[in-house]
Amino acid sequence: MSELARTPLYDLHLELGAKMVPFAGYEMPVQYPAGIMKEHLHTRAQAGLFDVSHMGQVRLAGAQAATALETLVPVDVLDLGLNHQRYALFTNDQGGILDDLMITQAGDHLFVVVNAACKEQDLALLRTLEDRCEVKELSDRALLALQGPQAAQAMARIAPELNRLVFMTAARVEIQGTDCFVTRSGYTGEDGFEISVPAEQAESLARALLAQPEVQPIGLGARDSLRLEAGLCLYGHDIDTQTTPVEASLLWALSKVRRADGARAGGFPGAAVIHRQIAEGVTRKRVGIQPEGKAPVRDGATLVDNDSQPIGAVTSGGFGPSIARPIAMGYVTTAQARVGTELQALVRGKPQPVKVAKLPFVQQRYYRG
Amino acid sequence: MSHIPSNLKYTTTHEWVRQESDGTVTVGITDHAQAQLGDMVFVELPEVGRKLKAGEECAVVESVKAASDIYCPLDGTVAEANATLVDTPETINQDPYGEGWLFRLTPSDNLDQLMDAVAYAELEAAVE
Repeated sequence: MSELARTPLYDLHLELGAKMVPFAGYEMPVQYPAGIMKEHLHTRAQAGLFDVSHMGQVRLAGAQAATALETLVPVDVLDLGLNHQRYALFTNDQGGILDDLMITQAGDHLFVVVNAACKEQDLALLRTLEDRCEVKELSDRALLALQGPQAAQAMARIAPELNRLVFMTAARVEIQGTDCFVTRSGYTGEDGFEISVPAEQAESLARALLAQPEVQPIGLGARDSLRLEAGLCLYGHDIDTQTTPVEASLLWALSKVRRADGARAGGFPGAAVIHRQIAEGVTRKRVGIQPEGKAPVRDGATLVDNDSQPIGAVTSGGFGPSIARPIAMGYVTTAQARVGTELQALVRGKPQPVKVAKLPFVQQRYYRG
Repeated sequence: MSHIPSNLKYTTTHEWVRQESDGTVTVGITDHAQAQLGDMVFVELPEVGRKLKAGEECAVVESVKAASDIYCPLDGTVAEANATLVDTPETINQDPYGEGWLFRLTPSDNLDQLMDAVAYAELEAAVE
């Protein structure tokens, strides 16, 4: 087994009593002494600090960067306004999803954040654009996320100018004398920030944030339950190369201008498949799954209809601490995808009643100004 | 360091067993096991009267993170299941050797084959 990488906050995690686990090639904190349940509820009530430095940060620079990146994603990058951020997907020739990512127009460059587990693949993909733009992995930077309804008031004491940001916008700011790039976004469904900071200053920034009375450190365990409650996809589970954005119910992420009748239609891998699916529909879709009983229904559980015929599978499932019930997401045949449809999930071989549910399970509370 | 009562017997799969005066044994999971698994959210217990073999999967405890099988420590018949856990599975985290017990068994085996507290402490130390 190859050696696990460590983020710049590794020593701080140990000092805080984190339980470290291997994740995407890194040793990461899955939880702190408070535990997943308390960490989750704290983030929903106040604010949580997450180390997401394992994620890939990439800078694309040059006049052709946006045009070049549009060849890899079904998303409008060219018209992305200054300091605006957009969710995107790398697709393959079959219309399958290679990864999901965030793109921010930072003025003199595009700032891209990709999943840790897909980092090498995504960098190789982005490097195919090197004849048109400069591609640089920002491996010397850490990434912190501050999330929760009190994230803004905690942040205001350290960087008051960030309060003017609204959801999915960005700013380059000096925090504690350090050059940071901050977006108002996250992966919990709450208001919050993601802060790209030079690796050597990451620990002092994390300590400054943790010194705020609202802020507690939060591990990957609660990050997963928070994003599941918020109905957000986890790459490798809810989306992968075998699912298209249309099947994944991510139609909202496919920019109008890149669709079949758009001004810059197509021009990304799998465009023909995706355009056909938008026009003709798909045979299966990602939906929320609400177990009726107390037993969690987890990733991999088969979903059957009332005639015991398999019609889909769960791709993420567990317990939603904020609603104190099990929750899940998965794929079902389009005929069974209507909210309220009664199905059964096979849990340890036994059918458990579930219903197709509206996503998200917990209302998103982004700050839109 | 987790708590390991000296009056109990233990399995390699982190169950504890207590001999009761009426001849039954009470079974639960150790402090180490509950700490590793984290916040409990669901418990599935064996039915009273079910005959079990030592090492057989007989219950499931689920934390926010994952589901874990519980293995029967001895051959025997289920005498009682801790029904209060259905509504308050977090009792396992709060009191693993007391109110968080899982089930009672009328054993057809004796407890000598199980580990004592010293042996279990060594096992825990080895997996840490």
